[in-house]
Amino acid sequence: MRFAFILGETFSGIRRNLSMVVSVILVTFISLAFVGAAGLLQLQINQMKGYWYDRVEVAIFLCTDTSTTASCAAGPVTDGQREAVRDLLESPTAAPYVKSYEYESQEQALEIFQEQFKNSAMAGTVTADQLPESFRVALVDPEQYEVVNELFSSMPGVELVSDQRELLEQIFSLMNMASVIAVSVAVVMLVCAVLLIATTIRLSAFSRRRETGIMRLVGASKTMIQLPFLLEGVIAALLGAVLASGVTWAIAEFFIGDWLTRQYPGTGFIAGGDALVLVPILIGVSVVLAAVSSLLTLRRYLKV
Amino acid sequence: MIRFEQVSKVYDRRSRPALQDVTVEFERGQFVFLVGASGSGKSTFIRLMLREERASAGAVYVAGRNVARLPGWRVPRLRRSIGVVFQDFRLLPNKTVFANVAFAMQVLGKGREQIRQAVPEVLRTVGLDGKERRMPHELSGGEQQRVAIARAIVNRPDILLADEPTGNLDPETSLGIMAVLDQINENGTTVVMATHDHDIVNQMRRRVVELRDGRIVRDEQAGGYRTASAAPDEWVATVGETVQADPVRPQPARVETAEGPR
Repeated sequence: MRFAFILGETFSGIRRNLSMVVSVILVTFISLAFVGAAGLLQLQINQMKGYWYDRVEVAIFLCTDTSTTASCAAGPVTDGQREAVRDLLESPTAAPYVKSYEYESQEQALEIFQEQFKNSAMAGTVTADQLPESFRVALVDPEQYEVVNELFSSMPGVELVSDQRELLEQIFSLMNMASVIAVSVAVVMLVCAVLLIATTIRLSAFSRRRETGIMRLVGASKTMIQLPFLLEGVIAALLGAVLASGVTWAIAEFFIGDWLTRQYPGTGFIAGGDALVLVPILIGVSVVLAAVSSLLTLRRYLKV
Repeated sequence: MIRFEQVSKVYDRRSRPALQDVTVEFERGQFVFLVGASGSGKSTFIRLMLREERASAGAVYVAGRNVARLPGWRVPRLRRSIGVVFQDFRLLPNKTVFANVAFAMQVLGKGREQIRQAVPEVLRTVGLDGKERRMPHELSGGEQQRVAIARAIVNRPDILLADEPTGNLDPETSLGIMAVLDQINENGTTVVMATHDHDIVNQMRRRVVELRDGRIVRDEQAGGYRTASAAPDEWVATVGETVQADPVRPQPARVETAEGPR
């Protein structure tokens, strides 16, 4: 009975104050959608780290006809030079650093290239002899790239030693920056949401001052008087959080999980299921913010 | 039931206190008129009992509890033992008569069955039989005040405070309201009514406490609105006499030196 009555009061408050409640829902929705986007970026970074750090290697590119670097002035790599690199990789000098290595021929390189760029016009125009053959080296400790670089970069027939992790780090720092921006926008929006909730509760309390005045006089408890307003704020924010969760999930499922995965196969992308971890966070943030701002407002504007 | 012990209330240090050193006691079942000009301290008196305000000095006892020292979370329980009626009725315009009265029970968490039983009963007490489904704007002023009274007593408080309940009503309607208040008092509820209405005070012949400039200047067991011949200092003298007698039920009217002015 008591609870049903409080709920009834809550919904009559929402009905009376509908436009404000809708604006709270929307602002909470947008701000939490930004929080969700930042969360997705972080999830994706983690996913890619897990996926790539096992695979990413130091690549030792060998000279081709078209190489322009000084070390390739003598022309394309010879069989002897290739074997020299292979020998060094096998030697005790390199053993403490090298976990494993693989040889990638020009034909294999073309295959991978065509797979990666199959939607692009470039895929058809590239031929195998334009792409360098390479040794793909997995390191025991990826931090020791410099040692490997020194060992191999000066060898004849080696065009370039590149640490592919460095490339990845650049991507990650880009994604990190994007998520920092998303969080900054989210923080500003959340401040808006908190202020808007406070204003909404204040308006609601003002428009029902007759009722609350009578409640006070007949001795209704503080809970009975304040709870409907608190619930009004929390329910509005909760609806916003549910919408934001839905959008976050949809982005993960359809944009990242479906579309991006089809565009870039072979990259580890998250999907809708992974995004579900974010849902309790979004809902928790909305409930806590709404409850705190409602309570502070009520303490100030609703005499009990 | 209600005891003020040397109560003073200062709202603002620069101005005169709203109440000064007021000591008075109302007993269970009494009907007391609180009279005095605007600004004499009647409203402050009522607000102190409700703990809308705290006394600046002294103690206010309501139903055995010192209201001034009551912690905030116990105030609702205090207010459940007091019903209040105002000059402006304060009904909820979008609720029916029944819903207005039921509201006072709902907010205390009373059950549906209990409400369905108590509300018609209390509406009968105030003479609003059969008007349960009317909206406040469809009622006359007197009827609206009856609804407000029904709402004030539906939770069976020990005390009913009425702040100028007839202030917006014509004399005849006022008498009807007084009959209702009298009936409630007969049923054992202590009634304290602040009023400006000479006729009513003179007719009812109940205890009268007069405030002037925040002090009690008269306390008569069955008084009129004003003892016309008395000079201010004599009023003060009567305070001592009448407080000592102090029977619970009003006595027959004393011989007055003059009729109260009309």
